[in-house]
This record gives sequence, C-alpha cells and structure tokens, in this order.
Amino acid sequence: MAPYESDDAVDATRDAASRSGRRTAARYAVPVAVVGVAAATIGLVPALADSGDPDLPRISAQQLIEKIAKSDVQQVSGTVKISTDLGLPDLGGLENSLASGAAQGGDGSSADPTSKLTELVSGTHTLRVATDGPERQKLSLLESGAEYSLIHNGKDVWGYDSKSNEVYHGTADDSGKEHRTKPPATPKDFADEVLKSVDDTTSVTVDGTAQVAGRDAYRLLIQPRQSGTTVGAISIAVDARTGMPLKFTLTPKSGGAAVVDAGFTQVSFARPAGSTFDFTPPKGAKVTEEKDGAEAREHAPKHGEDFAGGLQGLNVLGEGWTSVATFDTGSEGGLPTGSEGGDLGGFLGSLGDQVSGKFGKGTVFSTRLVNALITDDGKVYAGAVTKDALVKAADAGK
Amino acid sequence: MSRVDAVRADAVRRPSALWTFGLLRSELVTTVRRWRTLALLGVLAAVPVLVGIAVKIETRDGGPVGGGHGEGPAFITQITNNGLFLVFTALAATLPVFLPMAVGVVAGDAIAGEAGAGTLRYLLVAPAGRTRLLLIKYATVMAFCLLATLVVAVSALAVGALLFPTGELTTISGTRISFAEGLGRALLIALVVAASLVGMAALGLFVSTLTNSGIAAMATTVGLLITVQIVDQIPQLQALQPYLFPHYWLSFADLMREPVYWDDLVRNLGLQGVYAAVFGSAAWARFTAKDISV
Repeated sequence: MAPYESDDAVDATRDAASRSGRRTAARYAVPVAVVGVAAATIGLVPALADSGDPDLPRISAQQLIEKIAKSDVQQVSGTVKISTDLGLPDLGGLENSLASGAAQGGDGSSADPTSKLTELVSGTHTLRVATDGPERQKLSLLESGAEYSLIHNGKDVWGYDSKSNEVYHGTADDSGKEHRTKPPATPKDFADEVLKSVDDTTSVTVDGTAQVAGRDAYRLLIQPRQSGTTVGAISIAVDARTGMPLKFTLTPKSGGAAVVDAGFTQVSFARPAGSTFDFTPPKGAKVTEEKDGAEAREHAPKHGEDFAGGLQGLNVLGEGWTSVATFDTGSEGGLPTGSEGGDLGGFLGSLGDQVSGKFGKGTVFSTRLVNALITDDGKVYAGAVTKDALVKAADAGK
Repeated sequence: MSRVDAVRADAVRRPSALWTFGLLRSELVTTVRRWRTLALLGVLAAVPVLVGIAVKIETRDGGPVGGGHGEGPAFITQITNNGLFLVFTALAATLPVFLPMAVGVVAGDAIAGEAGAGTLRYLLVAPAGRTRLLLIKYATVMAFCLLATLVVAVSALAVGALLFPTGELTTISGTRISFAEGLGRALLIALVVAASLVGMAALGLFVSTLTNSGIAAMATTVGLLITVQIVDQIPQLQALQPYLFPHYWLSFADLMREPVYWDDLVRNLGLQGVYAAVFGSAAWARFTAKDISV
C-alpha cells in the first residue's frame, strides 16, 4: 500500500482521465476479490471438511442392531440439531395456545416440561444433552437469548425457563421413569422407538458408513416392506466405537425433506462437569411444584410418531408399519395428543378432507407422515399410513 | 524512482509513527468532544437507567417482569435475581437500534463530514496519505464502537448494582457462577457487542466516501441498517439472512450459557470480519481514487 500513499497525496490534481479511470477500476477489484475469496471459503470449507465416508470393517445388520442394544454409554454430552417437518400448516402463535392447552394437566407454568418440549414438534431446534449415569441427565433447548433446561439429578427433576424465569420442580420416583415421559429428542430416543418395531415387515440393511459429529459411524437403513405406509425410509447413523445412535433421519415415501432429522453436531463421551446437573432456583424465580406425578404423565403429549402404537387404551388394527391406532373420542383422557380436543375442533375441521366409505363419513387430516381419520360418529383412526389405507382400516374395523 | 523522489518519500515517512498516533489522538478527541457524540452517548447511558427503573417499579410487589410471559428484551426477567443481568438486558435492548445508529452517525460523518465542512482538503495537504487517513478514521470509528458499548455496560452495571441484588448468578442454562466470573463474562459480552458493530462501521465509512454531505452519509447508513434489519425478519428471505450483518448480533447471549455455545458467536465475528474487509477495501478503492475538490 505504501506506494499509493505518497502518490495520492501529491497527485490529487487530475491526471490523464483514462489513467485514473483504469486505476479506479483496478482498485475496486480488491473488494470484489475479497467477496470472491469469502464466497469461495464459505462454499469450499464444508466440501473440504467432508473427507468422505470412513473405512470401517464390514458388519451385518444383525450385528449392528446387537451393537446398538449392547451399547452402554453412561457419560455423554453434546449438541443435537433436530428438524421436524411434518408438513403441518404453520400455525404460528396458535401453536403456543395448543401447547398451553396440552399443559392444562399441569398448571400452565412455562417451565413445565410437557408444554415446553411440545415445541420440538415443528421447526429446527438446537438441543444440548448431558448424561452422567441413570441418575443425572440434562436436556437444554437453546433459544434466542434464552434457554430451557430440564435437569434430572437424583430424586429431583427441575425445569428452568430462563426466558420467563420460571422453575418447575418434580420428583422422579424411580430413575428412568422420567426418561420415558419426555418426548423423544435425541437420536437414541428415536432409534430405540424404531428398533422396537423391527419385525418381518421391515427390511434392515447396513448402508455404508458416514461421519457424524466427527465420529465414524455405520449407517443402518430401515425400510418398510409393506405398501400403504407413508414412511419411506429410516436411516440411523451408529457410532462405530460405542454403538450409540448419532443421527436419525426419517424420510417420507412422498419424497422431499426428511420428516424428522435429529443428529449430533458435536458429541463427547467424557464425563460432564458435575456442576452441569446442580440446580438451585434463582432468587425471585417463580417455582411451580409438580401437582400429581401420575396425572401429569398421562397428559404428556406424545410425539407425532407413535410407531407401533404402544399406547394403552388404544386398539391397534393391522401390524407393522401399516398398523392403525383407533380409539373413541367419547372416552376422554384417552387422547394421545392434547391438540385434538376441545374448542379447537371446529377450526381443525376446516383443515381436513371429507371422505366416506363403508364406515360412514369422516374427515381425514393429513401431514407428511401421520394421517388421521375422525369419523362423524367420533372414532379416530390414525397411523403412518396413506389415506386409502386409513379408509380401508376403518372399513375393516367397522 | 528518481533520487529526488526517494529523498522526498523518505522525508515524508520518517515522522510517521508518532505522527500517525498524533493524528489518531486528535481524531479521537475531536470525535468524542462533538456535542452530537456526547448526546448520543448520553442517550445510550440513559437506556439502562430507564430499563432498571421500569423493572424496579414493576417488581415492587414481588411480581415477575412482564407478567411472567418472557416478553421484552432478552434477560429482562433475570434482572431481579442479579443486577448484573441489567448489563445484558441493556446491551440486548440497544444493540438492534441505538448502538448501530450511533455508530452509523459517527461512521457516516467520518469522511463526508470533513468533505462537507471543507476540511478534508487540509487534512490531505498534510503528508498523511489517503490510506493512512482512512485507516485512522476507521480506527476512530471502531474506538467509538467500543466506547459506546462500554458506556451502556458501565451505566447498566452501576444502575444494576444500585437497584438490584448482586452476588452469585444463575446462567441461562441454570448453573451458577460466581459474581467475579459473571463480571468477566459481562466484559467479554461488551467486547463481542463492540466487535459486532465493526461490519456496520466499515459500511458507514464506505458510504461516507461516496458523498460530500455528512447528513446524506449518516441517513444512508442508518437507512441501510433499518432495511437490512427488516430483510432479516422476512421469512421468505431466509436463504439470504445468514449473510446479513445484524443476523447473529444477539448471539452474544450464548456467552451466558454453560458451557458457552460458540457456533453462532464465531459466525458473527467471521461475518463482521468479512464485512469489514469488503467495505473497508471498497472505501479504500473509492477514497484513494476520489477527486477531492471541496
């Protein structure tokens, strides 16, 4: 740069016009070049970082499933990115009212885990997980300028919503139980759900290897053999060393983006700092005590996909991937999701398609994965199946 | 290069280090002494006072802030736990508008203001060189970014310590850290916030080299800021948003997580660096080739 300095100071008078024009153009090449370099870096770095699929010893699908089952990871911490795209209409603010409706079993505290974790049903979220044995777990939902933490430490379960500065306190009667009440969030939760339902209606293969969060992993590919389901394929990346699922992807048969994509972006198997699990309610925070453990659990909203439909009080028609859950809305409390009940019914009715069959008449609500048929006589049929399969199931169930 | 030229260039450059420093100091003093700058800093210092008093009045009877719905700027509900959170709230409240506006005014005025007042010619008559003058101007604007941020932070810290309890504080992840560590993080956050304004400062400086009217440059810079902020809110333009300079501004809040979540912070600083490089070099290209006739 030095030569320009003295030049310009002295040279402020007009030179030959063409020369200065050319020089100006040459100078503007500098910012243009900077833009180019920046764009190239943004474009190339991820491509270079993707060092290809790792070389791992061959393994059969059976061995891999056993590896997952045997996996006994006690200490893990990391960041999970979860994207859910059920193809639900963008409800915006309504989503919150649905969530708070679902939380009526509790008492509307914004720190109540059942209402908070319902947010995971749509959009992209960043979670942090930390586990140190069965007694101490932490799950944090990262929000802009705020965070929601669910901390399980021994007998206590704390929910802390930093945005509203509210605290929710419950007790875990016996460890592990609490784990089941929260909707699945980590790749492992999803994988466990799916592997429960693996039977002869399913094809399971090992589909090469992948790198997830900097670790070598096998890719387990699960595909339904039956037709009539909306599930296209499920891919689970399993850590080659520990056997822990690192990434879970569910793609619908209709193609397009994954319905559920949950994966670690960063993972560590070191023991998390003990202070991670310590929680004392901050001064001035509003603390809500869990009212009745059993009742709250009953109302816990389930995630959109209840694969083999293991809910109590439900009838399951069919088997495997095409199984359809059915129940009567007459019996309250049997609703699997808090979102379908009550005053929102009328609004929801406008979102569905009218269908008729041997069973009578009804309305089908479709998402990219789960379809539900609510008949006019109050019966609900729901499953990860196509609309036709749903009507067929309803006809057969009649 | 002839011998005469060489000697002349040498003579010009010899006192440079000290001379540059002197110029920078005089620039800083001129900038800070301006009534306009003092008024901007006064407004910035008043924001935490207002927020602090409002929160104090609202929570007089022990109720939560904002009815407990978590509305308002980030961290506002935690102020009652610990006065230190007023620093974060004040920065979160001023970062979207007040701080960049102040920086836009100072940066937009940097070159165009001198040109408009007819003083730019005299600055260039002195053997400073245009590149050096531009660098000094940019350094001054960056110093102002830091100063403005610190004014907000210090004012907030004073008000927070006066009106609210201090001591151990709870991070937004629910863990506890000591007050000393909290102060350290507050300082780090102030530095990150100041660094978040670097891209905006370079943009303002570039705009400032395009015109001879200080008012036009300030208005354009602040107008650009508002436009970019609006674009950042439109969901249909999501693909564009990660490349807008204010997009990761509020990532400074990630420093209050435990452990700190670095991803967005790094993205923010990288983005500011790119903006500074692009618009800084564009300002250089424009300024060194510009006809200074006024």
